[in-house]
Amino acid sequence: MARLKNIDSFLIVTICLLATQGLAASGGAEVESANIDPNNINSLQRGAANFMNYCSGCHSAKYVRYKTIGEDLGLSEEMLVDSLMFNAESTFDTIQVSMPSDDASQWYGTAPPDLSLMARAKGVDYIFTFLKGFYVDAESPTGVDNIALPGTSMPHVLWELQGYQSAHFESYEDSEGFVTTTFKGFKQITPGMIDSEDYDKFIRDIVNFLSYIAEPVRGFRVMLGKWVIIYLIFFLIIARMLKKQIWKDVK
Amino acid sequence: MSEDDLDRNRRHFLTVATAVTGVAGLTAAVIPFISSLKPSARAQALGAPVEVSIGSLKPGEMIRVLWRGRLVFVLRRTEEMLSRLSANIENLRDPDSVEVEQQPDYAVNETRSVRPEYLIVEGSCTHLGCAPIEDFEVRPTESWGGGFFCPCHGSKFDLAGRVFKGVPAPTNLRVPPYRFITDDLIMIGQDSGAV
Amino acid sequence: MARIEAEVDKSKDGLMKWINDRFPFTETMKYHATEYYASKNFNFWYVFGVLAFVILFIQLFTGIFLTMNYKPSASEAFASVEYIMRDVEWGWLIRYMHSTGASFFFIVVYLHMFRAMLYGSYKKPRELIWIIGMLIFLVLMAEAFAGYLLPWGQMSYWGAQVIISLFGAIPWVGDALVELIRGDYMISDITLNRFFALHVILLPLALIGLIFVHIVALHEVGSNNPDGIEIKDKKDADGIPLDGVAFHPYHTSKDLVAIIIFLIIFCCVVFFAPEMGGYFLEHANFEPANMSATPEHIVPVWYFTPFYAILRAVPDKLWGFIFFGLSVIVPLFLPWLDRSRVKSIRYRGWISKSALCAFVIAFLALGWLGTMPADPPYVMAARVFAVIYFAFFILMPYYTTIDKTKPVPERVLYHG
Repeated sequence: MARLKNIDSFLIVTICLLATQGLAASGGAEVESANIDPNNINSLQRGAANFMNYCSGCHSAKYVRYKTIGEDLGLSEEMLVDSLMFNAESTFDTIQVSMPSDDASQWYGTAPPDLSLMARAKGVDYIFTFLKGFYVDAESPTGVDNIALPGTSMPHVLWELQGYQSAHFESYEDSEGFVTTTFKGFKQITPGMIDSEDYDKFIRDIVNFLSYIAEPVRGFRVMLGKWVIIYLIFFLIIARMLKKQIWKDVK
Repeated sequence: MSEDDLDRNRRHFLTVATAVTGVAGLTAAVIPFISSLKPSARAQALGAPVEVSIGSLKPGEMIRVLWRGRLVFVLRRTEEMLSRLSANIENLRDPDSVEVEQQPDYAVNETRSVRPEYLIVEGSCTHLGCAPIEDFEVRPTESWGGGFFCPCHGSKFDLAGRVFKGVPAPTNLRVPPYRFITDDLIMIGQDSGAV
Repeated sequence: MARIEAEVDKSKDGLMKWINDRFPFTETMKYHATEYYASKNFNFWYVFGVLAFVILFIQLFTGIFLTMNYKPSASEAFASVEYIMRDVEWGWLIRYMHSTGASFFFIVVYLHMFRAMLYGSYKKPRELIWIIGMLIFLVLMAEAFAGYLLPWGQMSYWGAQVIISLFGAIPWVGDALVELIRGDYMISDITLNRFFALHVILLPLALIGLIFVHIVALHEVGSNNPDGIEIKDKKDADGIPLDGVAFHPYHTSKDLVAIIIFLIIFCCVVFFAPEMGGYFLEHANFEPANMSATPEHIVPVWYFTPFYAILRAVPDKLWGFIFFGLSVIVPLFLPWLDRSRVKSIRYRGWISKSALCAFVIAFLALGWLGTMPADPPYVMAARVFAVIYFAFFILMPYYTTIDKTKPVPERVLYHG
């Protein structure tokens, strides 16, 4: 191949730089890193159990089949039936809720969303912050509000574990009279059954599981991708040798 | 060998190597697309084994159930029906159920069943897939001891789903995998050998 | 120069003769491959045509398999995409290939168009190739837009809502036109159904037809090259261009290397980053379309954002729409706007070079600004870059005339 002219290479570099710039610019909201480990099977298994015990009463994961979970998380059919499948008959079933969504809309004002894709839609850090972020608010019908989703209609389901906390806000009025309120941190009011470190671990497992069900094939996809790239590099070497051989005599 | 020949050989070798690698890669790339045509997880879920309660089935009665969208006959045979199974043997094409794929191993017997009383066969004619009609009336003049009759092309099967000679259907009716969970409950689509 | 002759000349007898007596197979192969001579000094920028062709094939092939499982109805579309992702064996791969292919189609087509601008490939005698190419680009945009509605996620829905509403800016007929496109008073099941028909039947057929004509026109006049020299002007005794090499096996072997490098990049995205940080698959599109809640931050997919930024830069609905339309259409006139005596950027003066650089920067900046919220500083910046974008085209007849050009060599530059 002919050597690239200066302007050509300059433009390639520019495009690459701008592309990375653009990608780095996304994100923004103040969320705490969930710090999950998708390869930690134990965490995923605990997360599955936590999800089924605390979340699945109200939230479905209607695209996720128990069978898939069993196969990916190394759970036998007995373990699936005994510890995860509370209102399902077959391992082929998807995770449904028993509560009709019309009733739910009446009780909570809005139907609890399906959680199959929540981790892809909102990001794991957001969910982690949300599950940590309930604080006492006397004006809310559920008695709590949430720092990540103000005005949420979800009650603090995990209060027994986390206990109740209050949020501390500071208001600041600038010279033109605009008031900015910033969140300054939580304060524990009543203790939970587990301390805050264990609570973080507990919800981290749930978030890990939610991240897994959002795209169960991820692990396999990455594994397969490595082999595909290895093959393509091998193919590239041969094809390049052929090209050089064919072009040998072109002067 | 001249330099030209060497070049030609090398070029030939590289062309073949590239072609082989490329074709291998393309073949591998096609596999996912072919596999995607297989029954999906949802189809498998809908095709999951079905439980059938047979507690209320009286001798001589038959019920139809669906497994994987396919018709399955569950017939509770009377002693008298069973006794007629050996009568017409010479008119049957495969009386001993030699055709391997038409039944699980445990149904290779004269009654083609786990428990002689209960016949479980797929209600799909082995000719072109029409649903046979039951005809349990005995007509000695036609040497008919009762069985199944396919309305499409006239294939006939006896009370064990065995095909008669001289009809278009080539093989006996297929016996699906099944097992008894209790005396009153069978599971169609799953046997004790399977998971 | 020793030439390698490809071995297709078995047409004298046997099966090939039988076929050739009835169909010009060998003749076609010669005309388009073994005796189609293209310059030997093609560089990096010359691979994107064939890459676009590869992506077209990927999109058609994966699209057929997606169509087998996708349901074009408002109540089932979102679930059917997840069905493909989870329940259909390998469905995830097919879907990721298709969604990644869409973005790569635009990357490759933009680079392909840029190559034409770099080396003056739109200039005489290739004006028609450029015009057909622009039509392909327009159909491709429509195809991508229709396809983007199909997953029926939040971004699909609200993105389509915004873009379709644009047509409402047209005086007199705007509102009626919008209803005609949607087939309803809102984007609905009906809209989805007809977009599906357009996406899988009409627009792909148009694309294939136009691409066929694009290539026929190209092979009639011959490919340009980085020096912008007509290689047909210097032929040997056999009538073969001195600087040309046969498309097959020379350019095919070279293109194969390019295709594999492309596939490596493509597969890296498909297997390791199919969402591409939310640019190829947007996060909000993992939520089903909700007619009562617009996502906070709504932008079109990245490949539309340069034009979308121009739309937002204009503080008037009608004029915004007009400038938006103009920004898409204006490159069509390049063959007549460019008055330079030379084709290639290599032999143009500093004014043309600077203008092209400014254009590239403006285009990329507009693309980036289009993904940002419509806040005042971004809008102001978009206005500046929009002016540069249009100035590049409008001032072109002027600056290409006064720009000093360098002498073009007799033969193409080739360093072996």
